[in-house]
Amino acid sequence: MTPRPATNSFGRALASHAILIAYTVIALFPVLVIVVNSFKQRNAIFRSPLSLPNSETFSLVGYETVMAQGDFLHYFQNSLVVTVASLFFVLLFGAMAAFALSEYRFRGNSLMGLYLALGIMIPIRLGTVAILQLMVAGGLVNTLTALILVYTAQGLPLAVFILSEFMKQVSDDLKNAGRIDGLSEYTIFFRLVLPLVRPAMATVAVFTMIPIWNDLWFPLILAPAEETKTVTLGAQVFIGQFVTNWNAVLSALSLAILPVLVLYIIFSRQLIAGITAGAVK
Amino acid sequence: MAEVAINGVRKNYGDLEVIHGIDVSIEDGEFVVLVGPSGCGKSTLLRMIAGLEAITGGTIAIGDRVVNSVPPKDRDIAMVFQSYALYPHMTVEKNMAFSLRLKGVDPSVVAERVGTASEILGLQPYLKRYPRQLSGGQRQRVAMGRALVRDPQVFLFDEPLSNLDAKLRVQMRTEIKELHQRLKTTTVFVTHDQVEAMTMADRIVVMNDGNVEQIGSPLELYDAPQNTFVATFIGSPSMNLMEGAIRTGEEPAVEAGEMRLPLPKEAASLGEGRKVVYGIRPEHIELSDRGIEATVGVIEPTGSETMVFFRSAGHQIVSLFRERHDFRPGDTVHVRPRTDLVHVFDSETGRRLAFG
Repeated sequence: MTPRPATNSFGRALASHAILIAYTVIALFPVLVIVVNSFKQRNAIFRSPLSLPNSETFSLVGYETVMAQGDFLHYFQNSLVVTVASLFFVLLFGAMAAFALSEYRFRGNSLMGLYLALGIMIPIRLGTVAILQLMVAGGLVNTLTALILVYTAQGLPLAVFILSEFMKQVSDDLKNAGRIDGLSEYTIFFRLVLPLVRPAMATVAVFTMIPIWNDLWFPLILAPAEETKTVTLGAQVFIGQFVTNWNAVLSALSLAILPVLVLYIIFSRQLIAGITAGAVK
Repeated sequence: MAEVAINGVRKNYGDLEVIHGIDVSIEDGEFVVLVGPSGCGKSTLLRMIAGLEAITGGTIAIGDRVVNSVPPKDRDIAMVFQSYALYPHMTVEKNMAFSLRLKGVDPSVVAERVGTASEILGLQPYLKRYPRQLSGGQRQRVAMGRALVRDPQVFLFDEPLSNLDAKLRVQMRTEIKELHQRLKTTTVFVTHDQVEAMTMADRIVVMNDGNVEQIGSPLELYDAPQNTFVATFIGSPSMNLMEGAIRTGEEPAVEAGEMRLPLPKEAASLGEGRKVVYGIRPEHIELSDRGIEATVGVIEPTGSETMVFFRSAGHQIVSLFRERHDFRPGDTVHVRPRTDLVHVFDSETGRRLAFG
């Protein structure tokens, strides 16, 4: 009987969707609360934090404060510059290192891979003091360059690890065909291998981007000056020891979600796999 | 077009030598097939000609230029891979045009060459498609088209038909041979399939364990294999080989256990008692009134011919009949090798022994 498996798989689909929806609700709930409350008056936030803004409680005072106080547009720009630049370098150098590790046989190849993978397990924050000393010595304190350098270093291990696994799967024949067709090693890397590992690149990009955008630690230590503040650091202005301007904090955080959401949408379009299908049989 | 000269070529991976000094000279316009069991070094040799593997010792020359240290792109060769290796993110047209574009060839010339190649291969309807939208045979043609547009001095094929189904393989075999007859470009073709080798080659290089066993035209290899390896490797079903000792006399023969295998008269010159391997091809065994008594075992009819496995005095003999016989398993018959078509090999070295 065929109908049985059909209902069965429907039931299974229902169950799995229920679980996924439940997880989505749990994961999105805090975000939702932040966004909803950012549109409410201060006393409404505390009186009923879960209710939606109505005509009485609706207020844009938080956004007005954010726009008026501090140079938030500038903070956004800083965050964006740091995130995009770090992402670019992580992907470029990560992919290059991964290509070398997966493509060329040389002495110490696997040891090098292991050494690079070690960085995944050891948090870079352990080296904060040394990094600060380094930046002071290099005169890079309070520059975006300092942040970009640190984030590039932070993102590379995972990028190399994931990308080298994917690059090993790119067929050798394809690369050799390229060599015979007259491609240089750089052209093989940029025109053959990179397009084929695009889904992996997108994955790495998303994993790398979020922690950089959200980071508070390194901006606070390495670049706390007004002209180099990032959004997360800028939002701290409204959190005081005694008085916290919750409207402003929530508005700033809501705004901070937007750019990273846009970046995510860009990359997730690339996450569609299956580009390699049909290359080799 | 050019000749390819392979002189004393060796290949080491660390301490392990996988190719032990190979000499092959391939003439201009020739279709040469490298054939051998897997791991015999045929693909490695091809990749050395292509420049994808470094040459440990010896020289390879294409035309009159030694190419040992010339990178693949400057060797003026084109290669077709077993996995086709099409660029998956490019259309058929771009796949074929890619190498010419990189060289900076005039776009109108590129378009013309791609047009000609796709016409020869019947690829015009598929030019705008991506490799993933093509069938295996079509992909194979695109891979050949990509080689064709470059108009190279030498074509290299690395088991290009292995991924195709049996029917398509036979069809592509003919197409490749036709293409070669039209273009007359020097071609080196690697395969593990001796039928492919026999049907396509002008000359075959039989390789085993990193050595060349024999070089010759398909029929030379078939009619006069230089050793037992070539004798069993070429031809399907394989040649029957039986060890024994020479008995001279009125009717010279090889005595293998209780079996007396007849030899031509001239073979008496090999000497009484000499240990040899007696070889006879399955189709050179005929039924006769007197001869070796044998029991019919398995019968495998294919329509055009019938393969019969006989048992006799502890040996298994395979024979191939074009005509139909009314055997049943268990029947006892008499068979007789055609003495003029017998092969004799030295039992120690496996080398062919000449007589007469």
